Amino acid sequence: MLTQRLLLSDRGGMIVLGLVLLAMVLVPICNILVPETSSLHISTFMVTLLGKFLCYALLALAVDLIWGYCGILSLGHGAFFALGGYAMGMYLMRQIGPRGQYGDPLLPDFMVFLNWKELPWYWQGFDMFWFAMLMVIVIPGLLAFVFGWLAFRSRVTGVYFSIITQALTYALLLAFFRNEMGFGGNNGLTDFKDILGFPIAANGTRISLFLASGFMLIIAYIACRYIVTSRMGKIIVSIRDAESRTRFCGYKVESYKLWLFVFSAILAGIAGALYVPQVGIINPGEFSPLNSIELVVWVATGGRGTLFGAIVGAFTVNYGKTIFTSYSPETWLFALGALFVIVTLVLPKGLVGLFNRNKKVPAKINTTAEPTNSTAETAKENV
Amino acid sequence: MNILSQARRSLGQADPNFGAPLDTTKGTILYVEGITVSFDGFRALNNLNLYIDEGELRCIIGPNGAGKTTMMDVITGKTKPDEGSVFFGQQINLLELSEHQIARGGIGRKFQKPTIFEALSVYENLELATAADKRVWWTLTQQLNSAQKYRIDEVLLQIGLQEHRYKNAGALSHGQKQWLEIGMLLMQNPRVLLVDEPVAGMTGEETEKTAELLLSLAGDHSVIVVEHDMKFVRSIARKVTVLHQGSVLTEGTMDQVQNDPKVIEVYLGE
Ligand SMILES: Nc1ncnc2c1ncn2[C@@H]1O[C@H](COP(=O)(O)OP(=O)(O)O)[C@@H](O)[C@H]1O
Ligand SMILES: [Mg+2]
Repeated sequence: MLTQRLLLSDRGGMIVLGLVLLAMVLVPICNILVPETSSLHISTFMVTLLGKFLCYALLALAVDLIWGYCGILSLGHGAFFALGGYAMGMYLMRQIGPRGQYGDPLLPDFMVFLNWKELPWYWQGFDMFWFAMLMVIVIPGLLAFVFGWLAFRSRVTGVYFSIITQALTYALLLAFFRNEMGFGGNNGLTDFKDILGFPIAANGTRISLFLASGFMLIIAYIACRYIVTSRMGKIIVSIRDAESRTRFCGYKVESYKLWLFVFSAILAGIAGALYVPQVGIINPGEFSPLNSIELVVWVATGGRGTLFGAIVGAFTVNYGKTIFTSYSPETWLFALGALFVIVTLVLPKGLVGLFNRNKKVPAKINTTAEPTNSTAETAKENV
Repeated sequence: MNILSQARRSLGQADPNFGAPLDTTKGTILYVEGITVSFDGFRALNNLNLYIDEGELRCIIGPNGAGKTTMMDVITGKTKPDEGSVFFGQQINLLELSEHQIARGGIGRKFQKPTIFEALSVYENLELATAADKRVWWTLTQQLNSAQKYRIDEVLLQIGLQEHRYKNAGALSHGQKQWLEIGMLLMQNPRVLLVDEPVAGMTGEETEKTAELLLSLAGDHSVIVVEHDMKFVRSIARKVTVLHQGSVLTEGTMDQVQNDPKVIEVYLGE
């Protein structure tokens, strides 16, 4: 019953998750077992790149949940990603211990450099992995809760909401740039040595992080499916399509938006936490408003309101970016802008819409009795 | 127990106790008194008084811009008035409650423009409107129980959409959408139904069916219908209230109202 609801009825999702699972099996094999001389060998660099993409996919999933299903266009989700990343970065910094350049047993290098004598209170506890992981969830979740509570309660919607989320991430960018904040300022947190005792750059660690990212993506996908296929999911779609009708049906729209926003922010935070050990650095640049816009483009490209479309979008756009920037980095932004325009004009349902078009009977024609859940599905794909 | 203070105490979070029987001992279910609403100095409602009896079918007419929709906004909590009071029964002050609480409490509203969930099926539209626990965490796991399913079937029959239950609501005809919206109100087991221009844009046959539907609802519910179509109003009206420039111009039977010199002046003056 539940598998039917969550997975089997979601063909595109099954395919995408299948590919992710396949990669999780093949990539480690091709990296470890296949000799480097073979053309099937996958380098550790590639493993890390794919791991990064999985984190992006998780982030895109978070955005699609609120944008595609509830119509909340957050242009500040990069902030939650970065906060999750910083929480992980703080753990990784504390793991360095006395191995820093200044050899201080407790203080990270940048604090010694600033002449700080003791660890600020908000760095306490981050030497414990469980605590840091808790913060990965709590910090983005709490910020989203407070921010969302204020915004949704005052009924800030549409483009106004998008603008204030941009302002939020920009404000955080400026704050984290400041050395006095105690997060390494401009340089951010880097020079990590190990995670849970394993050397961070080792092959095995990289593979594990890649697998953890894939695993998290699958769990998050199933959780999102659970939400959107529940009655709550229908209410969320109703809020997107007819907010005041939903309200006059007796639903407290603000609460629905708020909890969905918080959940989405937590997913973004987890994505950031998995991302940081793989790229080896977190700096204020991750708060850049442009990042948040870029990830909305991923979702639009893949196809919003489908969940798996977000994953497809994150992979294609970022793969394109990797290729593109190796030829002509300075024109990437133009390419991204062009992509957004093209998708908006030509592919309103994104890449997965292209793939779905031939198969699905348009909802308007299907008038005969059929099971409710398939109707709901057609409906979702028609938005 | 004093429902009002209960609502206050809970900071507007929990619902007032609508489960307790509504106090309508005086026979009146809705008291709208001295309501004034201004938009940038313009008075959309001006000291409006309106009393609706239990089970009554009331028609409200008036020229465009008379404030009919604004009046519904005030009763349903969408617009807070500058002055006046709105009571549901003798005890519940609607001005202290928000839209979703008023809706849960038994005042359903149909919008002027049909507003349904077009991406969902007819059945799902009714499912969402079902009177049930509507807090976020419940809806994550909740399923319909058999009583609720039975109620949906009942309402589908009532609004004449039983053959379209799995159809996408967006694919319904204009008239069917209006009925579906009325059906959604019925799912909430309302005491009062506010229906804004139900037959605008309907065919003659659809209009007749709508008149039948609304007449069948009166008695079990108090129904307030705002309408422009005089022929339609004549076919359903028992008591008519004429609104003009934000206040009540006159009240009475259709014949009384149509022969009232003030009304003739307003309508001819247009
Ligand atoms: N949100 C608003 N802001 C400014 N003016 C409004 C607003 N809502 C309604 N009005 C004005 O109030 C008057 C009454 O409107 P309304 O209640 O919609 O009239 P009716 O439904 O009787 O046609 C109109 O003149 C309208 O322009
Ligand atoms: Mg009106």
